[in-house]
Amino acid sequence: MSLPVYATPLQRIWHVAFRVLCGLIFFFLVAPILIIIPLSFNAQDFFTFTPEMLRLDPAGFSLKHYDDFFNNPDWRLPLLNSLAIAPVAMLISVGLGTLAAIGLSQSHVPFKGAIMAILISPMIVPLVISAAGMYFFYSRIGLQGTYWGVVLAHAALGTPFVIITVTATLVGFDQSLTRAAASLGAGPLRTFFKVQMPLILPGVVAGGLFAFITSFDEVVVVIFLGAPGDKTLPWQMFTGLREQISPTILAAATVLVTVSALLLITLEILRRRSERLRGLSPN
Amino acid sequence: MLTADGVPLRRSLNRALRRQKLRAMLLIAPLLVFVLITFLAPIGDMLFRSVENQIVSNTLPRTVASLSDWDLASETPPDETVFRALAHDLVIATELKTHTRLGSRLNYEASGMSSLLRSTGRDVEDFGEDLSASLADLDPVWAEPVTWADLLGDPAWRAEHESWAATGQRSGAPAFQPSATALTALPRTTEIYGAFARITQEVNGRNLMRQDPWHLVAITLIEEIKADPAAAQAFAGEHAARLAAIAGADLAQADFTAAFADSNDRWITPTPWSVIALYAAPYTPGYFLNAVDLGKTPEGIAPRPADEQVYIMLFMRTLWLSLTITALCLLLGYPVAWLLANLPARQANLLMILVLLPFWTSLLVRTSAWKVLLQRQGVINDVLVWIGLIGDDARLVMINNQLGTVIAMTHILLPFMILPLYSVMKTIPPTYMRAAKSLGANDWSAFWRVYFPQSVPGIAAGCILVFILAIGYYITPELMGGARGVFISNRIAYHIGTSLNWGLAAALGTILLIVVLVLYWVYDRFVGVNNVKLG
Amino acid sequence: MKIKTLLGATALATLPLSAGVAFAQDLPACENCADSMVLMSWGGAYQASQVAAYAEPYTALTGVTITWDEGSNEAVAKMRAASEAGNMTFDLVDVEGPDAQRACDEGLAVEVDFDAVLAPGTDGSSPTDDFGASGSIINDCFVPQIVFSTTFGYRTDVAAWNGKTPDSLCAVFDLENFPGMRALEGRPKKNLEWALLCDGVAKDDLYDVLSSDGGVDRALAKLDTIRDSVVWWSAGAETPQLLADGEVVMGSTYNGRLFSAIEEQKQPIAMLWDWQVFDYDGWVVPAGLDEARMNRVMHFLHFATDTQRLADQAKYISYGPARGSSQPLVSTHATLGIEMAPHMPTNPANQKNYLVNNIEWWADNQDEVEAVFQNWLAR
Repeated sequence: MSLPVYATPLQRIWHVAFRVLCGLIFFFLVAPILIIIPLSFNAQDFFTFTPEMLRLDPAGFSLKHYDDFFNNPDWRLPLLNSLAIAPVAMLISVGLGTLAAIGLSQSHVPFKGAIMAILISPMIVPLVISAAGMYFFYSRIGLQGTYWGVVLAHAALGTPFVIITVTATLVGFDQSLTRAAASLGAGPLRTFFKVQMPLILPGVVAGGLFAFITSFDEVVVVIFLGAPGDKTLPWQMFTGLREQISPTILAAATVLVTVSALLLITLEILRRRSERLRGLSPN
Repeated sequence: MLTADGVPLRRSLNRALRRQKLRAMLLIAPLLVFVLITFLAPIGDMLFRSVENQIVSNTLPRTVASLSDWDLASETPPDETVFRALAHDLVIATELKTHTRLGSRLNYEASGMSSLLRSTGRDVEDFGEDLSASLADLDPVWAEPVTWADLLGDPAWRAEHESWAATGQRSGAPAFQPSATALTALPRTTEIYGAFARITQEVNGRNLMRQDPWHLVAITLIEEIKADPAAAQAFAGEHAARLAAIAGADLAQADFTAAFADSNDRWITPTPWSVIALYAAPYTPGYFLNAVDLGKTPEGIAPRPADEQVYIMLFMRTLWLSLTITALCLLLGYPVAWLLANLPARQANLLMILVLLPFWTSLLVRTSAWKVLLQRQGVINDVLVWIGLIGDDARLVMINNQLGTVIAMTHILLPFMILPLYSVMKTIPPTYMRAAKSLGANDWSAFWRVYFPQSVPGIAAGCILVFILAIGYYITPELMGGARGVFISNRIAYHIGTSLNWGLAAALGTILLIVVLVLYWVYDRFVGVNNVKLG
Repeated sequence: MKIKTLLGATALATLPLSAGVAFAQDLPACENCADSMVLMSWGGAYQASQVAAYAEPYTALTGVTITWDEGSNEAVAKMRAASEAGNMTFDLVDVEGPDAQRACDEGLAVEVDFDAVLAPGTDGSSPTDDFGASGSIINDCFVPQIVFSTTFGYRTDVAAWNGKTPDSLCAVFDLENFPGMRALEGRPKKNLEWALLCDGVAKDDLYDVLSSDGGVDRALAKLDTIRDSVVWWSAGAETPQLLADGEVVMGSTYNGRLFSAIEEQKQPIAMLWDWQVFDYDGWVVPAGLDEARMNRVMHFLHFATDTQRLADQAKYISYGPARGSSQPLVSTHATLGIEMAPHMPTNPANQKNYLVNNIEWWADNQDEVEAVFQNWLAR
């Protein structure tokens, strides 16, 4: 990518201009997310940098919005609700999704294309349509306005991610390994846990993280399906944004950005591990 | 050929294949069933609701039946029979308070139906008041609720009811049973009284012997006796004499047409009747017509009044804004993807984090950030004022309009453009460009004629993906768009949550779903679902 | 949040725990009652006043868990949806008069027998007489709490106004003298009346004009003149926030919200009382509750609408209590110590020009007008 020594001045200018342009686009991508972090430590109830903050005067900063976020029931309960919903939805997604992905990766699956399309559909259909349909249908079967209604809906929305990530790890999976295990006397369950599981684990975990974040960030479906007592963090943020944007939202946002960053790092580590494992496999 | 156990090889292989298929299906089945129930059934329910219309025929069964003889193109309202049928239906509907819902339903089709049904719903129980009063004048026993129960009820039920009343309990009254005599001699009166009794006992939980029957019961009785005085003979004792007295008395005819006209003169125009007749069927294309600004009229399908035509405009706006956002994403995403694909792996991985962080950050976090940044008193305006680009009193309005929606959504969807572009560009060997240049192409034509064509699959994938995601967006337009920056999804949510026009919401949703599925099919052809990469 | 935090803090600081014990004897035990309730209200300063005046004292006395849902601006839709869904997720719903009428008409709310359920006035009057004295009994389903008004507030520091201050409602429609963004509710109610008043319609003719052909269009045409300068709000807390942030220069909202912004937060905002629209706000009990929940709700209603509780609420927000016997007990603000009477919408100085919501007209015509208005808004 470095410029050859024989580049013309015009090429040099373009080279620099292009890098500046890309820098600006990266700035556009990241700045809005990063700028809320210092703003969330504002000692005032404003959404802009106060003169004290610009002078880096400690008096301009405070943790009061975090205090509000963790101690005010308006925020604490939604946080707890989100933590009660997302892991359960994730477990359902991962359990059912991993099994199905293994099933789909077998060599002879009838109607594979159609089944794949159906299983992926929750990711494709616009959320507002899924939410509308679930609202209508869950009302009929008494799930609307219940904890389990939200969990099942979120689990359904999360499964496509599990399917995709687990299928991706299985693409490179050498089926002769299971046959080898079987020929050495291992039962199907033992084969699964000892041979297949370690290899697809990164995909399962990555899919699980996607499923978790799908539920943890989801707001449209929960607004339609949730009862007031099941208000989640994104729902509370949405209400807050619509009615009065309080600096506590920025504290909440900062916490969520941290969570996202941690998830991102975990995924990156997993990806590398997976690549390393694949590198060792006979393929 | 036989296997070691002596089974033909073909059969053995077939069995193994069947086994394998079965095992695959058993692994897939739990999720398939789960998705069918929790996701596809809801979508199916939505499709069903977009055509379902049973409320009209359920609420006004008699009116709908009697309206079938009325000519839709007629300039005059239907005859007295239909008015009477409507009075009958409405008396029941107002007792059950379903007339307001019917009004809301019909109001979706013709403005004014809701207030018409609500206001007449308040009057309808008084229709025919003078007739039932004149019956009481003729013989005061008709003003006693018990008279009606004795006349029309089964004697065994009456006895049972008496013994229940003697216990002094407030609930658990035996339900009204008509007598065989009443059913044959006075069928219509008995039917209406039966409806009255059911509502009084089951819905309102009142004692039938203390509630005055509807005037409609008295009116029907008078008519039946007048039409067939012999019916009185079927009854025993004092009932026969009382009914005979009615047959001989000089009582006025009920006039429901006049009563309805008196309540609201719109009833003597054909309009409300044609609305009921047009939307009487239990399944209707009406919601879909409404979703594309059309409506049913007696003359056929026609455009809606100009001030009700919003949906085509909203669909166009949704498409237009989504296209704008897609184009902006491509414009911003292409250089970045190119840079990432052509940098050494270590640097590219680092920069990739700048793309993945927003990708992984909650949608609401990013929307909040933009709301904070774009406010009149927000960071961007502050910076612009500070560097002197704009005056303090001329701060830019960047939220609650289309600009806000476009900026925020471009930011939110940009990673979805960069990632597919990057994965395609990664596969383009840099040697091609070098080869082109060595053959004499300048930088631009080497890029445009050699590199760009090879990146087109990535452009297609990214654009379709961003476009599919954009046209279904709800949260960001809702928070950033104000009145004019909202999408069709916001209208769907409005009809579900606020106006409760679920049929129209379902029809709009179905149309949007079809658009998305077509695009998804295109995407599948271009890219393949299995090639979707995450992160 | 500014408003909310402040009130939340004051509410906690001033909650008279000892007083709570004092009326424990008066509160009859609740038999076969649910131990939690979901109340739907309006959020913000108003909900905070309800929490402080009766929800927290009730929880202190009974241990009942109360969950709040801030959905009252779409109360009827939510109740209808929950009823169609067959799962009534709310136990008690706070609505304004016209919505109560609609909920009652549609069978979504149950009738409440005032004299059997509610507490008699401290002056010995029956609940029917006591509420009747303030004219707040609208229908059989509605248990009134307060009389409030919807009115305008404006910023007092707008440079572009050259020292002029709005003194009439029609300043809202006067972009020449009073430039800047306005906040209006994204619903037709009140906006149409105000538009017609400023289009030269007399107060007494308002609903005749609105009922006539082209009446609604005339109001919308008037609103069209300022449309590009309007931010449409959906929750009462938005306008004070938008005013405080300087996002708008004037806006309509409930008078109590403006009181909080002006008196408690000391924001540079002033009230424009001209053509305030009076309305009652109160509870309706949704249909479809089981017996235990119904018992709990009735028990709560008895407590929460008694003379003292309604008078207490006026310590936190400038709304008039809906009981005759509560009115003499209205005193000073819980923390600021200022007299509340001059801030009440019913104070004679504030009601030179006023409207009373025509509940029947709105109950009948809401569906039509709402549809027309939303279509107008979308274009």
